[in-house]
Amino acid sequence: MKCKDIVKELADYLDEALDASLRTSIEEHLVKCKDCRVVVDTTKQTIEIFCNSEPAPLPSPTRERLHQALIKRLRRPRPGITPQA
Amino acid sequence: MNSPKLDPVQAHTLPSQVVKADEPILVAAAKSGDVSAFEALVNRYERKIFRLTQNITQNREDAEDAMQEAFLKAYEHLSEFEGNSRFYTWLVRIAVNQALMKLRRRRSNVVSLDDEIDTGEDMIPREVEDWGPSPMERYEQTELAGILSKVISELDPPFRIVFQLRDIEQLSTEETADALNLSIPAVKSRLLRARLKLRQKLNQYFRQGANS
Repeated sequence: MKCKDIVKELADYLDEALDASLRTSIEEHLVKCKDCRVVVDTTKQTIEIFCNSEPAPLPSPTRERLHQALIKRLRRPRPGITPQA
Repeated sequence: MNSPKLDPVQAHTLPSQVVKADEPILVAAAKSGDVSAFEALVNRYERKIFRLTQNITQNREDAEDAMQEAFLKAYEHLSEFEGNSRFYTWLVRIAVNQALMKLRRRRSNVVSLDDEIDTGEDMIPREVEDWGPSPMERYEQTELAGILSKVISELDPPFRIVFQLRDIEQLSTEETADALNLSIPAVKSRLLRARLKLRQKLNQYFRQGANS
């Protein structure tokens, strides 16, 4: 297995979507190749950083407009449904 | 009927990453006409949906409109939600459609999401510096949020949107393909490219010694 093969399989490797033999081949390469280890590790961290990031609170005017629009709509019943307060 | 009251505190105390176990109960109640149950769902997901529409449209006004339309559409079509997926996944799909309509309207020359895209070139990472332990801790939370927002905005839409759905919203490859009307290989190749590009962009902030 070569470095370019690692890059090709990187997404499936990180998503644990590879069969066992391909995974083993990649891990054998990673033991020997520091550059690929760094690429795999920093790509994994990239995903984790975004995945764990908390969305910011809505800006107050944006939230106010959203909730006003919803209140207006929620006052009207959906077809066939009687709203409960 | 009393006017619905939306609780601003609740939304800001719920962990955004977790789909709460009571989601099906809230959805069932909302479907049967309990408006407070729908309000609870809005409070739970408004921040995530706004980040989603913001990341797709890259325009504050469009993002706000798309979010609002998504929640209103979800309410309108609630009876059509059959529970075959998580409610949140269904809501994300509605929000993605609304946001994509805005994006296409504003940027008529934008690369179509379903165009074939060359993902083969420039794939080999050039910068392979270690980030060291806990690179995020070198930044304040607001500073980090600004960095993440900046680097994702620099991706082309086809890559940005696939990354958003797969790695931020945690949709499966199949759900992402379905939501964007793409093939599974197309989702996978765009995701790989997006991850590598983001890694490269974050490298300037997170490599050891970058902000010391």
